[in-house]
Amino acid sequence: MTALTKENSSQIAARISFHLATHKTMPGALLPLLHAIQGDIGYIPEDAYLPISKALALSVAEVHGVVTFYHHFRRHPAGKHILQICCAESCQAMGGEKLATHIKQTLGIDYHETTKDGAVTLEPVYCLGNCACSPAVMLDEVVYGRMDATKMAELISEARAV
Amino acid sequence: MIKSYPIKIFVPRDSSALSLGADRTAKAIQAEADKRGITIELIRNGSRGLFWLEPLVEVATDEGRVAYAPVQPKDVASLFDADFLKPDSKTAAAHKLNLGLTEELTWLKQQQRLTFARVGVTDPVSLDDYLAHDGYKGLQNALRMTGAEIVKSVTDSGLRGRGGAAFPTGIKWNTVLGCQSEQKYIVCNADEGDSGTYSDRMIMEDDPFVLIEGMTIAGIAVGANMGYIYLRSEYPYALKTLNEAILKAEQAGYLGDKICDSNHTFKLEVRRAAGAYICGEETSLLESLEGRRGQVRFKPPLPAIEGLFGKPTVVNNVISLATIPIILDKGAQFYADYGMGRSRGTLPIQLAGNIKQTGLVELAFGATLRELLYDFGGGSATGRAIRAVQVGGPLGAYLPESQFDTPLDYEEFSKIWAVLGHGGIVAFDDTVDMSKMARYAFEFCAIESCGKCTPCRIGSTRGVEVIDRIIANKSNAKEHAKQVQLVRDLSDTMFDGSLCALGGMTPYPVLSAMNHFGEDFGLEAKGLETFKSAQIKQVAA
Ligand SMILES: Cc1cc2nc3c(=O)[nH]c(=O)nc-3n(C[C@H](O)[C@H](O)[C@H](O)COP(=O)(O)O)c2cc1C
Ligand code: SF4
Repeated sequence: MTALTKENSSQIAARISFHLATHKTMPGALLPLLHAIQGDIGYIPEDAYLPISKALALSVAEVHGVVTFYHHFRRHPAGKHILQICCAESCQAMGGEKLATHIKQTLGIDYHETTKDGAVTLEPVYCLGNCACSPAVMLDEVVYGRMDATKMAELISEARAV
Repeated sequence: MIKSYPIKIFVPRDSSALSLGADRTAKAIQAEADKRGITIELIRNGSRGLFWLEPLVEVATDEGRVAYAPVQPKDVASLFDADFLKPDSKTAAAHKLNLGLTEELTWLKQQQRLTFARVGVTDPVSLDDYLAHDGYKGLQNALRMTGAEIVKSVTDSGLRGRGGAAFPTGIKWNTVLGCQSEQKYIVCNADEGDSGTYSDRMIMEDDPFVLIEGMTIAGIAVGANMGYIYLRSEYPYALKTLNEAILKAEQAGYLGDKICDSNHTFKLEVRRAAGAYICGEETSLLESLEGRRGQVRFKPPLPAIEGLFGKPTVVNNVISLATIPIILDKGAQFYADYGMGRSRGTLPIQLAGNIKQTGLVELAFGATLRELLYDFGGGSATGRAIRAVQVGGPLGAYLPESQFDTPLDYEEFSKIWAVLGHGGIVAFDDTVDMSKMARYAFEFCAIESCGKCTPCRIGSTRGVEVIDRIIANKSNAKEHAKQVQLVRDLSDTMFDGSLCALGGMTPYPVLSAMNHFGEDFGLEAKGLETFKSAQIKQVAA
């Protein structure tokens, strides 16, 4: 994750205008643009709505509407690592729910929350396409299969170490 | 006999194989070879789809590829000690991980791999490998045909959309072909949101050129020069692989202007989705591609007539499009010869959930669920009885053991109020509480509803509450009966009053759970009770 959450707002504004310039003429630019901004800054700052709306000839409300419609886009900075736990049927069939409860207890947070040290943000996800190896999780876009409490503990402590 | 060229070793790069440590295994093999001064050629192939055995490592021999599985880094030294790179090595044959020739594995031998013919065999991003394994033969034929001839071939093959709705692909293409428009589009639906499905992911990660070829043929057939792949954001590996393959295809003249020196132009771009299940629905997908909230559109107009940016658009699932090349290569009849009834060809079935031998099984339509669960699947992973099976994703019905002999066929499944959908099979053992699964079905609908229709948006949340009250009132007969009736009425309303299948089909998992596993709801188990509204419609029709 290259989350630049600590950058001051003028730097963020500069990055946003860079992404606007590269996406402006693309047909259906809004989603690719939001992906680019989140990939770079780590979330979609509300300050971005106005310049986006101007560049793409949309209203601020439309931009807000799109950002909030999609589960993937976050409106606030996340922790250093994002841990997604699959909650869908296949993982449920293999004890995913119990594993999720265990992870929440270990980290001391619920879904959509970040640990106090800012290390891990926990998110539910509905299918990672790893259903042949349930239960599955994804840590910072790397997928792991047949997870259990022991493997989870290793994974989390490895993530915390970096 | 010492070979004069380095021995080829295959370690999959498919993300499910990676999720079980395939990268670590590959590194360990390379390091061990270096340490022993042995030159190897390490190829990162796709997965053969035997996921319970991943990481599955193969060594090329004159007789064919020999499989060793599952190989973890700790096993690597012992494989080298057993001379696993040496042909005819007796010690290697006796190694506990040796499975013999891959092609001879019963699990693979009993399949009919048409769409998945190359998956696991080739290096996914090697165009040379693709060409050496019959790649782009379909396109070469298509380039000699008229658009109408290509469409006829697809129609004659009997191919029906593999995304869930099973609509005949040729008919859809014919509509787009018949539209007069300067601009038309091919959109690949790669949103694969159903739990228990991963065949789209495997095609994109393990044989991306077949999808590119299929989309190119579609473009030539209907007169579209631009294609988009709408890819779910949960598939970062597929994104990388697709982009790499697209670049290679462009460089080799298989994409872009004057494809293979013809007069056809076809360009392709991958667009990332953003984690909304509803965007798998084709009109919601188009809204999303255009940069809006993924709200479902009213039909008509059909996307085929007014689709992306208002232009005629073919929207097809990954598997539908990836099946086009073999149809154009081997002919419509070759494909149509597989299958049963009106379900022609093969279905890539995905075994998931609580199954011992999970993985991808491509078979002609007509095999029974029981064969898949027990012959291929080997029963449950936990060793307990398989109690319920959900087929066709979160909107599919739960089937009890008494329905396991149903053949996989679109019409046979409709008859029992079930769906094949995208071919995902999720098994649950006897520890499952089906009232929780019914509750989850409503909950999922509430989370993913696009919000356009009241029965779906509000009804799903009410559904969760009603299931909770059913569970809480098991000993209060009067209240219990009232709540059960409420779920049935609500299901009827959702079935009838929803614009798309998210609201309209959520009652399938709910009612099938109640009807077949009534004991979990404090009900006497009952037979098949369907929707009142549907019965009324049937009588009227
Ligand atoms: C809620 C909902 C979700 C869907 N999700 C997908 C999906 O993830 N992938 C897909 O190919 N089709 C999905 N579909 C079906 C599409 O609307 C459409 O039928 C399909 O993309 C057409 O392609 P095909 O004819 O090749 O199957 C979904 C439909 C609904 C109602
Ligand atoms: S049924 Fe649900 S998801 Fe489908 S259009 Fe209506 S509100 Fe949207």
